[in-house]
Amino acid sequence: MAEKLLEVRNLYKYFPVKGVKGPGVQAVENVSLYIEKGETLGLVGESGCGKTTLGRTILRLHEPTAGEIVYSGETIYEREYPFDRQEVAQKDAEGKEFTRQVLVKKSVPKAKAVDMFPLRRKMQIIFQDPAASLDPRMTVGEIIGEALDIHKLWTSRAQRTERIKELLDRVGLNTEHANRFPHEFSGGQQQRVGIARALAVEPEFIVCDEPISALDVSIQSQVVNMLEDMQQELGLTYLFIAHDLSVVRHISSRIGVMYLGSLVELAESYELNKNPLHPYSQTLLSAVPVPDPEVSRSRQRIVLEGDIPSPMNPPTGCRFHTRCPYATERCKVEAPEFKEHEPNHWAACHLLDK
Amino acid sequence: MSENKHLLEVEDLHVSFFTPAGEVKAVGGISYTLDEDEVMGIVGESGSGKSQEAYAIMGLLQSPGKVIGGSITFEGEDVLAKSKAEMTAFRGSRAAMIFQNPMTSLNPVYTIGNQLIEALVTHDKSISKEDAAARAMEMLTMVGINNVEQRMKQYPRELSGGMRQRVMIAMGLICHPKLLIADEPTTALDVTIQAQILELMKGLQKKTHMGIIFITHNLGVVAEICDKVCVMYAGKMVEQGPVDDIFYSPAHPYTEGLLRSMPRVDADSHERLIPIEGTPVDMLNPPEGCPFAPRCEYCMKVCLQKMPPYVEVGEDHRSACWLRVQEALEKKEGKNDG
Repeated sequence: MAEKLLEVRNLYKYFPVKGVKGPGVQAVENVSLYIEKGETLGLVGESGCGKTTLGRTILRLHEPTAGEIVYSGETIYEREYPFDRQEVAQKDAEGKEFTRQVLVKKSVPKAKAVDMFPLRRKMQIIFQDPAASLDPRMTVGEIIGEALDIHKLWTSRAQRTERIKELLDRVGLNTEHANRFPHEFSGGQQQRVGIARALAVEPEFIVCDEPISALDVSIQSQVVNMLEDMQQELGLTYLFIAHDLSVVRHISSRIGVMYLGSLVELAESYELNKNPLHPYSQTLLSAVPVPDPEVSRSRQRIVLEGDIPSPMNPPTGCRFHTRCPYATERCKVEAPEFKEHEPNHWAACHLLDK
Repeated sequence: MSENKHLLEVEDLHVSFFTPAGEVKAVGGISYTLDEDEVMGIVGESGSGKSQEAYAIMGLLQSPGKVIGGSITFEGEDVLAKSKAEMTAFRGSRAAMIFQNPMTSLNPVYTIGNQLIEALVTHDKSISKEDAAARAMEMLTMVGINNVEQRMKQYPRELSGGMRQRVMIAMGLICHPKLLIADEPTTALDVTIQAQILELMKGLQKKTHMGIIFITHNLGVVAEICDKVCVMYAGKMVEQGPVDDIFYSPAHPYTEGLLRSMPRVDADSHERLIPIEGTPVDMLNPPEGCPFAPRCEYCMKVCLQKMPPYVEVGEDHRSACWLRVQEALEKKEGKNDG
């Protein structure tokens, strides 16, 4: 087995909401995963499932609420879970009693965290909307150069200019583009600038947060191919976040499926596609339209009822039970454990226990 | 033209935007017909003119956009010759449109019920309030919304994205239009919700037998719902044909490239994607000749000089490409020789 570059254990991220008691928005709930050196881990899920928050929390762009993050053997963050789960008896509208789980804050020791500055050189991110993530008042050269300045990666002006040119060349832009502003570029070119900026500090690990969903169909594949080439040449490790399952399936060696803040399944990309274990993954796969009229006419589709519940007040037990066609009484009370059901195939579902 | 009357006939439609920077030919000559009970997909990238073409049919083009040529015939009537009042009567009752973003196309300060009833009353002044409310609730039930009485009193912000799109569809269909134009109705939605809406639209189409124009950039959605497809590139229609022909024997390099560049979720092995090189056309300075020529791997001299004519490559299957013109000529010569 290859070396684990990054490992996340029981990571939580809650966003407190003003005026609301309790933990607020429970965006990431008890996620554990690891990423091996040189691989691409895909992360899929619907909007609001916390995949972007997870990506950013791993980089500590958001401070985690609890959990442990280990990067190349070094623990960069560790904190105990600061809530107690308590059962509270309540009466519903008809006067029937039921118990509800509430989270009560408790005091835990201060988080152990390291200074992220040196790590920023190793861990980078590519954002979804290239137009919004590039400063409109800086030229492309300045944007890329800024990263070099911050980490003092040059000794002479000439070397700095040379490096910027090299980076532009690497992402398929012309060297004269260094003097232009972001608005002078098309969406695909802007995304290339975003990638060049991330590459400037020679990172090992890049979180690609929906890097192609803002691009036109005919441009998407250009960027996907470029990301793949760079991975081969520079030995990069990716966490590839997207909602488009077909793209994630193409680029990733393993895929994690998220639902409402929790990781529900994690498996090798081929395996997940052929043999999805979790009911949500099965639905998600069957919902993706396939560009082939015969296939889409013949296949059976699982259509889910209803919408995603609010992460402010997630369902108890398994978070998917409100929409799951196979939900049992047990699913309503007990959260399933995320465990290895088949070799290298992890899932969190009570149905798989038998 | 064929004998039986088509529901909608668009002939050589041209739409231009007269911007300070110059004329932008958003739609440069599009022709197609749509029958009742037929679903046509219009596919193209952003800026290919697919939405503007639909706005032209509905008379919703925004200034500085203008129809500068061609004709639109709906059930034998000339749509472009209609007055403003006639267009208002036409929109909603006979042809309806649903939009990409249901949040911005519903009025945030009126309840769902209010907006549905308004659509009805606008087209039928004689309808009583009770009847209108009953019809509105019936429509909401039809699009799969439960608890309708309560929903009628809710505001758009209280509903989820998928719910709002259902309300939009209900509003579009409330006057039983014969033509529904759906402009990227599922693009803003998640895949599982998209699946719900697609199933709903398929079901409604079977029930009402209306003609649907489905505008999208997602070829997967097209494969799922459409009977025929029109592929647009830079304001030009580059290929048109039955859905199977478009997917299994594409006759234009752009369609071919699009299909090849898309990763498939059911692929068995990891194959490298084959992208279409280059960038989309700058619509202010479109190239002469075929707009796709600068990105086309088969580009010939003539492609850079003249826009190719449409060539029939199969039954109801037309393509605008010089390669097909050449093939057609060779075929003809072959026949003459033999």
